[in-house]
Amino acid sequence: MDDLKKLQPFHLDVLKEIGNIGAGNAATSLSLLLNKTIDMSVPDVRVVSLQEIPDQVGGADTEVAAIFLRIEGEAPGSMYFIANIADIEKMIRRLIGNDHFQLVSPPFDEMGISAFLEVGNILAGSYLSSFSDFTQLDLQPSVPGVSIDMAGAILSYGLIPISEVGDFAIVIDTEIVEVDEESEKVSGHFFLLPDPGSFQTIFKALGVEIDE
Amino acid sequence: MSDVIKVGMADLNIVTPPNTIRTSGLGSCVGLIIFDGQRNVAGMAHIMLPNSKLCKQSPPNVAKYADTAIPALIQDLKKKGARSAFLKAKMAGGAQMFSFSTGNEMMRIGPRNVEAVRELLESLNIPIVSEDVGGKSGRTIEFNPVSNLLHIRTVNQGTKEI
Repeated sequence: MDDLKKLQPFHLDVLKEIGNIGAGNAATSLSLLLNKTIDMSVPDVRVVSLQEIPDQVGGADTEVAAIFLRIEGEAPGSMYFIANIADIEKMIRRLIGNDHFQLVSPPFDEMGISAFLEVGNILAGSYLSSFSDFTQLDLQPSVPGVSIDMAGAILSYGLIPISEVGDFAIVIDTEIVEVDEESEKVSGHFFLLPDPGSFQTIFKALGVEIDE
Repeated sequence: MSDVIKVGMADLNIVTPPNTIRTSGLGSCVGLIIFDGQRNVAGMAHIMLPNSKLCKQSPPNVAKYADTAIPALIQDLKKKGARSAFLKAKMAGGAQMFSFSTGNEMMRIGPRNVEAVRELLESLNIPIVSEDVGGKSGRTIEFNPVSNLLHIRTVNQGTKEI
């Protein structure tokens, strides 16, 4: 992907701002949903090789809980909300008021899984709506999918459109952390992986085109 | 001292004893092993896509596509003393990690990868002696070129050897 070589630091800053606004809005929604204070990290925007992407969540065979959805519309891409299994268990237990909910061995409680999907829907919806407002691009989330599995297996899926044109992806990574309960801190990552063709569209929408 | 040779996503490598070769977190990708069981030499590829025809990358990463990874593996195996007529294959992966109602072709990438590998091996007369493909779960696989066994770990389904 030659476009990646033409990226300037301010292009990455623009993408960082998308992560900032998107995750900020999602954190607010989650905070309302859980009635907890949620903090977020400064977004990390990196150009990463396909092989290194699973390392961002602890390695290819680390087991994680993830919500995945495709972004459809003018700037397509893949989006993940990904966290370690114990953190998602805690979050879902509080939401559905069932202390026995577990994600360690199937079958998983249907109510809990559907609550997790709903969390994914809300988080992705608020992330995307601010992304869309900021860029004035028409974007819609697909129906989310849930998977409790190895990070490599989950992430490789969303990387397919990117892998068709190159070996590197731009990852917009924002971490959110619950702040008020030190002992039971729940945290998760948002990964936004725009499809290769989407960067031009995003930059153009924000008036920072890549020089040809 | 034996080492575990790691094969990343869209990567390939060759192994000889006492080492073993492993790839982690296979989802829709296919982990393909081609080996000469008598000469104890094996190669593994972590294949992401069925074919390189639509590849817009130059030069292409040969390990990423079934149609380029297989010839590359065979070539590397021959350099290490493997003989064409004795080559056999094992494969694992090609899962469907998420199920969506949309008929998007991207969602069927796992089965398409498996089909592509199968067709290419057949055209090269390389028999697939065992496989563990499809399903909805990720796999971590490790091949031992002495026993010629492929060790497979699947989340929540334990381990097995094929």
